[in-house]
Amino acid sequence: MSNLIMPPPDRKVLGRRREIAQHLRSIIAAEAVIDDVEEMRAYESDGLTAYRQIPMLVALPSTTDQVSRILKFCQDEGIKVVPRGAGTSLSGGALPLEDGLLLGMAKFSSVLEVDYDNRCAVVQPGVTNLAITQAVEADGFYYAPDPSSQIACTIGGNVAENSGGVHCLKYGLTTNNILGLEVVLITGEVVRIGGKHLDAEGYDLLGLMIGSEGLLGVVTEVTVRILPKPETARALLMGFPASEQGGACVADIISAGIIPGGMEMMDRLAIHAAEEFVHAGYPLDVEALLIVELDGPEAEVDHLISRVSAIAEANSAVSIRVSETEEERTAFWAGRKAAFPAVGRISPDYYCMDGTIPRRQLPKVLSRMNELSKQFGLRVANVFHAGDGNLHPLILYDANEPGELERAEEFGAEILKLCVEVGGVLTGEHGVGVEKRDLMGTMFSETDLEHQQRVKCVFDADSLLNPGKVFPTLHRCAELGRMHIHAGRLPFPDIPRF
Amino acid sequence: MSESFKPENATQIADVVAWAVSHEKPLEIHGQGSKRGIGRAARFGAALDTTSLTGITLYEPEELVLAARAGTPMSEVRAALGEHAQELAFEPPDFGVLLGGEPGQGTIGGTLACNLGGPRRIKAGAARDHFLGATAVSGRGEMFKTGGRVVKNVTGYDLCKVLAGSWGTLAVMSDVIVKVLPAAETQASVVVHGLAPADAIAAMGDAMRSAYEVSAAAYLPGDIARRSQAAPLSAGAASAVLLRIEGIEPSVKYRTDRLLGILKPYGRVGIVGNDASRTAWREIRNVDFFAVDHSRPVWRVSVPPAAGAMVLAGISAAVSVQGYFDWAGGLLWLAAPASDDGAAQVIRTAVSASGGHATLIRGSDALRSTIDVFEPPEAVMAMLSQRLKQNFDPSGVLNPGRMNASM
Repeated sequence: MSNLIMPPPDRKVLGRRREIAQHLRSIIAAEAVIDDVEEMRAYESDGLTAYRQIPMLVALPSTTDQVSRILKFCQDEGIKVVPRGAGTSLSGGALPLEDGLLLGMAKFSSVLEVDYDNRCAVVQPGVTNLAITQAVEADGFYYAPDPSSQIACTIGGNVAENSGGVHCLKYGLTTNNILGLEVVLITGEVVRIGGKHLDAEGYDLLGLMIGSEGLLGVVTEVTVRILPKPETARALLMGFPASEQGGACVADIISAGIIPGGMEMMDRLAIHAAEEFVHAGYPLDVEALLIVELDGPEAEVDHLISRVSAIAEANSAVSIRVSETEEERTAFWAGRKAAFPAVGRISPDYYCMDGTIPRRQLPKVLSRMNELSKQFGLRVANVFHAGDGNLHPLILYDANEPGELERAEEFGAEILKLCVEVGGVLTGEHGVGVEKRDLMGTMFSETDLEHQQRVKCVFDADSLLNPGKVFPTLHRCAELGRMHIHAGRLPFPDIPRF
Repeated sequence: MSESFKPENATQIADVVAWAVSHEKPLEIHGQGSKRGIGRAARFGAALDTTSLTGITLYEPEELVLAARAGTPMSEVRAALGEHAQELAFEPPDFGVLLGGEPGQGTIGGTLACNLGGPRRIKAGAARDHFLGATAVSGRGEMFKTGGRVVKNVTGYDLCKVLAGSWGTLAVMSDVIVKVLPAAETQASVVVHGLAPADAIAAMGDAMRSAYEVSAAAYLPGDIARRSQAAPLSAGAASAVLLRIEGIEPSVKYRTDRLLGILKPYGRVGIVGNDASRTAWREIRNVDFFAVDHSRPVWRVSVPPAAGAMVLAGISAAVSVQGYFDWAGGLLWLAAPASDDGAAQVIRTAVSASGGHATLIRGSDALRSTIDVFEPPEAVMAMLSQRLKQNFDPSGVLNPGRMNASM
């Protein structure tokens, strides 16, 4: 395992483990508290499997009141809490702590209400992303954000991570599709933020909660916006001799005023791996493959298909295919959707990165990445949410080879630094978690991070909720509260005033 | 006379804030002052004017991103975007005339700080949803940045969300980055005449449930429709449900045709063409209908869309108001009687039954210093908001009292 420093375990809390389990069993059913080490192993890591830690205890509450009582107890006793949905995080957001209670939200699995008159659904946080769409699709609706883990990942986790998906450019991230939340604070207080109306007033605490990575509160109910399903969707599959031309095609599509429902790009290694795996009919003699999906009313989609084809031709596409049937459209996507497991077939292990870059920097980033690939002696395959600049380089390595994981992580860190260097960011949709925690300094100054941490202080002054995630160093809230103003300073004479 | 500072960069903003802290001078943070009439009437010891922080610093149309200094006039932002057929998709309203001032005023920073979205809010989101990044100075006199210049970013806490809608009470922005989108090539609106409010809500609901991508849905009662500059609305003096369809020509035609089919059972239907449609939606967005009698308080009420008619009926039963719906029933614009509390209590009671909030957008200084302008939050929300203010502006020097008396 790589070198990751987590908050030092509280020996006093660990010493009271048995007593704590006993108290939890007075709040929830005895079998909903897990203290057997072997049983807890199921919770030792999330989607970022390089990091593992067996928690002190696991609790699986099923009501808001239970969550409230558990959190209040933990606050009173100084016990750390790590919330967890389905455990699909790719950034270690649900990595347990040795002295922490792992709070599993899987039992909150009901769709509480579907309200078509207000175009929303009220669901519990343990409902999977896909299950929301399944609950409303018979009536012609769907929930727009669609992370590729949507079969397994829960809406509670999506809220914590502000998850994205291929539809983001047109339909937004999780944060743009949530209307309201019920949240339990570490004090046990239950608060409702937003509802079925828009733009709750006062400070936008809804916006703060979404993407807070489990550090501010535990979500116990979510009101999501649902949308009518587009009348139709068709896709184009286009091959380019170089990534520059694929990138230019994307820029030209957007410059023409077209916002596709999805726009994905793959590089040669990813194309070959995917084709070998699912036989989607991808061209193999190209350097970049672009899938553009247009959704909406039929008349519009048909019209835009011809416009996009013309743009691709103007950018030297060597192959252009347009889906004529739903089967064909699904086939175009099959390779892209299977890209991660496909890469998993050609390498014992892979490490998925998640930087976002200004799109025009793509050729520069790809060529620099190739140099790094040679330098670290590790191959890299690229899949790219081309519309919004979110890059997923997959670094191929073998964990059984001594030193390869560490080399893959170093390579990954270099890629993320490169993303920041060209004007991008460390993470587009996977979250900071523990994975990118120590890289936050490449993007933010100490003052920037302190202002973010003050939000943490608003909600959880003792830092008991998911500590060790997101922030490289957790300052004490009392310390962050101090003012550093030099009193008596005169107003600056060079500032215009009147 | 109290002092007014016009800083030209973030460092100078920090200096002014530091001075305000050490001299215990509450600062009024303002741009062009176009929305000064909104919010509690508060007293300040000095002013920080952002209008010297101007200029678009980055605009890459193919990346859908624009960065500007916070005091950049909206007119400048609009003009730059217009050259590339792009726009701010949240359709920021211009309340200049409504509030008794000039039209076309306002800065990009002010627009974001007030988080006001127009009719397209229901499809494209509010200002908060297009606010990608900022550099700002908190009430601690410290400069910080948040977010970034890419449209997809979850790195660190999204402080843009709280800056939007904070009315200058948490930090003074020096630079902002927004997501921009292609403007629709053309538009048309489907109109249904003569419906009562409850039927109008049902008709708008059907349109919103369809796959025809309605980008705005409003209902104007007859006495308001009559005042429209758009001839197809004012001609018959009947009430009008208006459903906007935007996009490329063949798509707009296709969708309006389909929508007409859906709405025919409700009553007399028609199509409002591009120009008249733009006029009507500008009036709805900017609340032009209430820009006449400036003595009447104007309320902006956000409720679940399906509850709109019920909320309006509840209010109308107790007090004489004029009102119309935007957001498919989810946004209720009300002109209330000038007397007493401007109908605050009646409105707040009706809203609390359905869930939502009411904001006084126009009111006399006297009214704005006696009643809550913004919806009073419930206890835990109030406590969290208070702590946020305390953390970002411990000395209370940034627009204190603008949102509520204690913040």
